[in-house]
Amino acid sequence: MADKTPKSSRNGAGDPIDFGGPVCPVPLQDYPNVILGHGGGGKLSAELVEHVFLPAFKNDHLDVLRDSAVIQLTGQRLAMSTDSYVVRPLFFPGGSIGDLAINGTVNDLAMSGAKPLYLSAAFIIEEGFPIAELKRIADAMGAAARHAGVTVITGDTKVVEQGHGDGCYINTAGVGVVPDGIDIAPNNARPGDVVIVSGTLGDHGMAIMSVREGLEFDAKIQSDSAPLADMVAAITEVCPDVHVLRDPTRGGLAASLNEIAASSDCGIVIEETRLPIHPIVQSACEILGFDPLLVANEGKLVCMVPAAFAGAVLNAIQADKHGSNAAIIGHVVAEHPGVVVAKTVIGASRVVVTAIGEQLPRIC
Amino acid sequence: MKHLTEYRDGEKAKRLAGEIQRLVTRPWAIMEVCGGQTHSIIRNGIDQILPDKIEMIHGPGCPVCVTPLDVIDKALAIASRPDVIFCSFGDMLRVPGSEGDLFKVKAAGGDVRVVYSPLDAVKIARENPDREVVFLAIGFETTAPANAMAVKLAHDQCVDNFSALVSHVLVPPAIEAIMNSPGNRVNAFLAAGHVCSVTGFDHYRPLCDRYKVPIVITGFEPLDLLDGIRRCVAQLESGSAAVENAYPRVVSEQGNVAAQTLLDEVFETTDRNWRGIGSIPHSGWRLRDTYRNFDAESKFDVAAICTRESTLCRAGDVLKGAIKPNQCEAFGKQCTPRTPLGATMVSGEGACAAYYNYGRLVPLNAPDTNVAEQA
Repeated sequence: MADKTPKSSRNGAGDPIDFGGPVCPVPLQDYPNVILGHGGGGKLSAELVEHVFLPAFKNDHLDVLRDSAVIQLTGQRLAMSTDSYVVRPLFFPGGSIGDLAINGTVNDLAMSGAKPLYLSAAFIIEEGFPIAELKRIADAMGAAARHAGVTVITGDTKVVEQGHGDGCYINTAGVGVVPDGIDIAPNNARPGDVVIVSGTLGDHGMAIMSVREGLEFDAKIQSDSAPLADMVAAITEVCPDVHVLRDPTRGGLAASLNEIAASSDCGIVIEETRLPIHPIVQSACEILGFDPLLVANEGKLVCMVPAAFAGAVLNAIQADKHGSNAAIIGHVVAEHPGVVVAKTVIGASRVVVTAIGEQLPRIC
Repeated sequence: MKHLTEYRDGEKAKRLAGEIQRLVTRPWAIMEVCGGQTHSIIRNGIDQILPDKIEMIHGPGCPVCVTPLDVIDKALAIASRPDVIFCSFGDMLRVPGSEGDLFKVKAAGGDVRVVYSPLDAVKIARENPDREVVFLAIGFETTAPANAMAVKLAHDQCVDNFSALVSHVLVPPAIEAIMNSPGNRVNAFLAAGHVCSVTGFDHYRPLCDRYKVPIVITGFEPLDLLDGIRRCVAQLESGSAAVENAYPRVVSEQGNVAAQTLLDEVFETTDRNWRGIGSIPHSGWRLRDTYRNFDAESKFDVAAICTRESTLCRAGDVLKGAIKPNQCEAFGKQCTPRTPLGATMVSGEGACAAYYNYGRLVPLNAPDTNVAEQA
């Protein structure tokens, strides 16, 4: 490349010009401090887990990196999971932090094929937070728990000084029972499997974005926060041999598919024309320069099932009240292991990559 | 949004690609100037359905990517100050300077905020009279009117704690620089539709006449781009060179006159350094004397920050097709996506980053292939 000394120290005009295609930069990944992107569900999050937490806690259960761990206890297989909720704003179209705190952990358990049973709830509350709002959150959690068929049986409360929190953070942990004969894991995808998503993509992420940033669209975008345990039960009933179930939350469908492709050592091909995306969400993504495949969901699953069961599984999902927009979007292949490819709207192809951190609105 | 279906029709795209195939008799290199167009070409795989004789060269039209290293370093220096609220468009937060990026500054305690409009930054300045609020004003002619409006508003309302770190760049001088470059292979240009929606396209005619190069004002959807390419090829094959408007639903010949008046009031042209390209005379805007009090570079005394880009990097040779990415001595050693030395590795879609990321799929000594084509 030609000398890039700024004009202040070179002649400027008449220098040879290097031209070509500098395009949107990727971020630096070597940070000495935690940045927000480390919580975005993309490559930075994965690196944090890989380099900080896995070495510290190393064990066979954790190393699989499932949505929930499955352990054998006194003749039964139990699934266990935990998740923390730090959403802002606390109340948004389609739900609240309370709904998320129940549904998120219920869904993490369900992705192992488990029937979720019991949850804990721990609150970190900022000094000065209105009791009335805390009650709204607790009531929402109670209602969500009843709807999901789980019971909150233990909890904890901590209060931090004003300015040291964001109103209210919640952690929930949960356990459930995995039925006999079910073996669902992210490394179980096999060439020939069909890829199914249970509904429209990106609803939750864009709902939060629209209220957080005060963006007005033609219609309100609603979060899709919902419990999926009943849907999973319906899937496993018609297809006990489900290979993979994943809950594409932070990082969106792209992160889930890339994790599955990598851990199963297979390729995945999806078709953009088959992706169910709500028109308002699509429009919002267009305006901000976001890829809906990278936007968070809170009430959707992606599953990989043998081709022979694809029709039955699709029907089972569509019969569930949270699955009416389910669609077959692609298949698992032996080629390009670890890589997810999308067939584009014009019949070409592109590689679907995982976001490094969080998506950012594009200027260009 | 009508364009989500109307301008993304797969069958129409194939028909347009077929028309291009029928028109083309010899190799042509067409440059899409705008980063938004590059993004659409890559994302939709438009280059994959074009005839082999058509080569798309990705132009220098991503304002994020061409913002020089020293401007990023100035931004980092200003944003690190405890008295500053630093406001920026989202994607500038992750552009690496020589010592990190704005995310790193934010993580170290800097008050860095993403805004969707420079007017939001003026509002933040009004709400925080005891803090200095700085907006990183980058971009082509498309983003410049809003940035000019923010400066004018701050001036008119005496919001003296607002300032802008200005690094605006202009398309026509870049086209001229490319045409004057000894290594130039560009036969025709797709001009950036959104830029022309502000500026109109009258000032492209002298370029067209001087260099005998077709310039087609083009949109961003797959069918827009294919139509723009088709028109370029038709001109090239017939030996003509004219400015054509293939984006009339957005662009008029005179452009947005009110925006042009505002731009002329607030900004004046200046020489500008382009990352990955070098210095191009009269290719940028800076604040006029009337508004110089709102120039963050002067206000925070960072004008002296001067950064050299790596001399190891051979991105220029890669971009001109002289070498493959893996033939650069720094490839995979000093230069990786984590530690990019040049624009082609800084970018997720750049040639070097693509070789690095997909090297496990594409033999490094093999001709360029798209892994997606194997699917």
